[in-house]
Amino acid sequence: MKAKLTAFAVTTALVAPAAIAEEMTIVSWGGAYSKSQQLAYHEPYTAKTGITIINDDSSAEAVAKIRAMNEAGNVTWDVVDVVASDAMRLCDEGLAEELDHDAVLAAAPDGTPASEDFGDLIVSDCFVPQIVYSTTFGYRTDMVGDTPPTSVCDIFDLEKYPGKRSLQKRPIDNMEWALYCDGVAKEDIYDVLGTPEGVERGLAKLDTIKDSVVWWTAGAETPQLLADGEVVMGSTFNGRLFSAIAEQNQPIGMLWDMQSFDLDGWIIPAGLSEERKQRALDYLYFATDTQRLADQAKYISYGPARKSSAPLVGKHASLGIDMAPHMPTDPANAGNVHIYDYEWWADNRDDLDAKFQAWLAK
Amino acid sequence: MSDTTQSGPVLAADGTPLKRSLHRALRIQKLRALMLIAPLLAFVLLTFIVPIGQMLFRSVENDIVANTLPKTVIALQDWDAASGQAPDEAVFAALAADLYVASNEKTHTRVGSRLNYETPGISSLFRKAGRKAKKWDVENDGPFKEQFIKIDDGWADPDVWRTIQTYSPKYTNGYFLNAADMQKGADGAEIRPESERIYITLFKRTLIMSLIITGACIVLAYPVAWILANLPSAKANLLMILVLLPFWTSLLVRTSAWKVMLQQQGVINDTLVWLGLVADDARLVMINNQLGTIIAMTHILLPFMILPMYSVMQTINPSYLRAAKSMGATNWTAFWRVYFPLSVPGIGAGSILVFILAIGYYITPELVGGTKGVFISNRIAFHISTSLNWGLAAALGTILLAVVLILYWAYDKIVGIDNVKLG
Amino acid sequence: MADADTSNAFVEFERVQKSYDGETLVVKDLNLTMPKGEFLTMLGPSGSGKTTCLMMLAGFETATHGDIRLGGTSINNIPPHKRGIGMVFQNYALFPHMTIAENLSFPLEVRKLGKSEREAKVKRALDMVEMGAFGGRRPAQLSGGQQQRVALARALVFEPELVLMDEPLGALDKQLREKMQFEITNLAHELGITTVYVTHDQTEALTMSDRVAVFDDGRIQQLDPPDTLYEEPKNSFVAQFIGENNTLEGVVKEINNGLALVQLDDGELIDCQPVHESVKPGARTRVSIRPERVEYNKDRLKEGVHTLKAEVKEFIYMGDIFRTRLNVAGNDEFIIKTRNAPDVDRLQPGQQIEIGWLPEDCRALDA
Repeated sequence: MKAKLTAFAVTTALVAPAAIAEEMTIVSWGGAYSKSQQLAYHEPYTAKTGITIINDDSSAEAVAKIRAMNEAGNVTWDVVDVVASDAMRLCDEGLAEELDHDAVLAAAPDGTPASEDFGDLIVSDCFVPQIVYSTTFGYRTDMVGDTPPTSVCDIFDLEKYPGKRSLQKRPIDNMEWALYCDGVAKEDIYDVLGTPEGVERGLAKLDTIKDSVVWWTAGAETPQLLADGEVVMGSTFNGRLFSAIAEQNQPIGMLWDMQSFDLDGWIIPAGLSEERKQRALDYLYFATDTQRLADQAKYISYGPARKSSAPLVGKHASLGIDMAPHMPTDPANAGNVHIYDYEWWADNRDDLDAKFQAWLAK
Repeated sequence: MSDTTQSGPVLAADGTPLKRSLHRALRIQKLRALMLIAPLLAFVLLTFIVPIGQMLFRSVENDIVANTLPKTVIALQDWDAASGQAPDEAVFAALAADLYVASNEKTHTRVGSRLNYETPGISSLFRKAGRKAKKWDVENDGPFKEQFIKIDDGWADPDVWRTIQTYSPKYTNGYFLNAADMQKGADGAEIRPESERIYITLFKRTLIMSLIITGACIVLAYPVAWILANLPSAKANLLMILVLLPFWTSLLVRTSAWKVMLQQQGVINDTLVWLGLVADDARLVMINNQLGTIIAMTHILLPFMILPMYSVMQTINPSYLRAAKSMGATNWTAFWRVYFPLSVPGIGAGSILVFILAIGYYITPELVGGTKGVFISNRIAFHISTSLNWGLAAALGTILLAVVLILYWAYDKIVGIDNVKLG
Repeated sequence: MADADTSNAFVEFERVQKSYDGETLVVKDLNLTMPKGEFLTMLGPSGSGKTTCLMMLAGFETATHGDIRLGGTSINNIPPHKRGIGMVFQNYALFPHMTIAENLSFPLEVRKLGKSEREAKVKRALDMVEMGAFGGRRPAQLSGGQQQRVALARALVFEPELVLMDEPLGALDKQLREKMQFEITNLAHELGITTVYVTHDQTEALTMSDRVAVFDDGRIQQLDPPDTLYEEPKNSFVAQFIGENNTLEGVVKEINNGLALVQLDDGELIDCQPVHESVKPGARTRVSIRPERVEYNKDRLKEGVHTLKAEVKEFIYMGDIFRTRLNVAGNDEFIIKTRNAPDVDRLQPGQQIEIGWLPEDCRALDA
């Protein structure tokens, strides 16, 4: 496996020219998400500067690939879209540039400095937040009878909602939901989860539905499973559910209770030449200003990371519906949310993952 | 006759020993041959041998701790982990000095990530302490013990220090222990608690399921290869295209197609329900489990079994079967005593191919394997791309490589590798 | 006569036809009767249908029409493994994964013979072909001749009454082939086995067989003992195919006292024996004369024999004989053979001579 990565890095090192004149490679997740970035950021930026942007849909393996490129001494990516936890990991490993947010990013139109406009969403020195998304639940409206689920704990209620449910194949979020539904107060979740007993308690709660769970690894799986009627309810990213409901008219409803907020944003890989780094910073300055972030919400139902962008969110570009009610940050949706603790997971992820996988394999 | 009595080396016409003369004559030929294969040799070396060597090396490499915290490692040598107490000021001062350098070079978080694999929480200890240490004056800001503990009381935990001490050598067997569901405890290697054991289970499962897949491939491929080998070549070529067709379709597409077929609301279940063979509320579970993995992987790997079988069967002269029948053997006896043994090299080659491919598969098990149908490679992929624990991934990969080599050796002993024919 | 034939018959082909594609016949109306113990060779060029006949007899091909009988019973619907016919294949078909002894033991095993009986029979069969020391070897470790012997032993080990051989000596060099020809014939006669032997080598056919069936175009052209076949070919195909032969073409003028007067294309007249039914006054004919029956020494020619003028084209010294190529009646390829004896002249190219032969050595055949 590693051998392959290194070989890959070595080959790219041999083949790629050292500096590409008026091009930059931007890495993202692909699909509708990349398309929204293309429309909201890339095309205006190319129109303004003439710099060609090459899209690379490798964000899912971004951390490993950046590390391999870094070891091979040839980083071919300029700007990379990653989730916050990956940004922290890259920052910890010295694989992403640390940034002075106020110096390199635009202030809000009213003059508020960027660090305040983004606020505590700047979870790492290397990270420029872009959107707020959530991992939340969708359910089949035609399979839940007259009483659609209203609480995240309905996931654990096999009597009321028989059938399969899909959950992401990782401990993050699932463990928190399990403890919450086992009666742990929201503010105590991470304290409990930090103890061996807490882990056992969470897994025991998950055990009650283990046989009815379909575990997913790609965000597209739950919408498909819901559409096929394979599962009654399942977690996924809220934007995926939005497109299944609003764009594909599937009989799916949203369950926002205890949605797990997460962040996605940009990093600049460490080890770029000064010229490329400046160009990457120029792109970031452009793409993360108040108006651009609000523009992206025309194409996908993820909330802009700047406070100043929220009032500018308008209608869906083609469907013409108001986007605000579909945002995870909308007050109607954000009544009971789960804020996931990046620092805690950075420390405990490997350990908990080992236990979670051992539990899965049992 | 005189030759037999002559002793000493045989001489060439010019008096040099014949052996040397021959050697010289052959050397130029050998050099020329070597030049011809040099590009390939370099390619194989660069893209195959070197990466594998690197992987083997990475599974024991651990110089990051000693390189980043050189003073701390030395100061910590005298500390007794069994004391149950955090080390004294001298060690903290050394750590402060190391961290000052490391945080300015932004390497402190790397060592934190490395040690966090062994003891959860160390990552943030280093991250937080590094932020402060950047601005310290190492000569005058002491004493440091209090300050560290104030930043995070984790620094007072002797477990943290024991981890640093355990992983200070430049080489470690820690990754291999981890890969064998063990860990370095206070008293050396110990087995992990049951709730954390997973790799042995996965290794076993990978081997057993790969064997089942190989067996299924043999059973399905044999008749197909037989038909291919016995049809007139025009028809055989057409069928061969059908066999090869899956190769031209993306692996993901084929795997997804199996999802559509096998899921509970899928084609097979729908058909069975429609036929009344299965009740609507008792649809068969054929995916997201071991069965799903076996079906999908058997399908994907089938051509690798058919092709070597076909190429071997093609060389079996039909007159062997005729001869057997002329001697009184029934169709079955002729097949079983004559044709089958002659086709074994094809089965052997196909089995080795399929088994080795199966053992390293991870995309298909990930998509259709659920929890019980995933392979060890899925964990290797996870550690490569998600947890970034490349040392552990390398150790797992090395073990997998060793297992394959051992099985290959065993196969050679039992069946004989000269009994394998790829074409 | 007919009664005696059928009572004696062991292998019979009656009006057998075979077609693979439903459009052309590979075997056309084949009739053949073989008594027990006979060594019969099917001889013919490739594609003449001889191998197909053998395969029908063995059971690997089915006759499209007609009846094949073995010992009086029709075997059309009996599968090959129940026919009890021994067979030696062109490539020997020794099982490469078995030792020589195992190969020989195979037909005995499928007949469920006991171990000691098997071993005794295998030993006897191997000794018979002088391969007793090789039982533990694999076929690949043997030379071609040795494999050939083993294949023979394997076909005989279960004591079949009928043995089929499909060009079994084709892969051997000349010397070995001659030796094996001799051994096979001896063995077949010693054991009293009925043998059907297929070959395209006429020397092999002549030296080994009791009778030879010459195949061409899906039919038996002539079925006779070797000497008859050579000396009295019934048509020009057989004359050409068996041994060396000189051909002259012409028109039959008249038939008198059992002799046909043939006018060759250059106008010369010769006397011949009318053999073929088509030889009638006015019909075209091909005249066949064996090279060793041509005489050019005037002293030895009988009186009254027609002679022809000939020009020597080439003289070849072959040790025991001289082979001389002549131009006779416009034919450049006329060969004569003479014994190397003290009283025989060596002809020189360009020399003009006169040649002649006895009328009974000159056979008028179909055109």
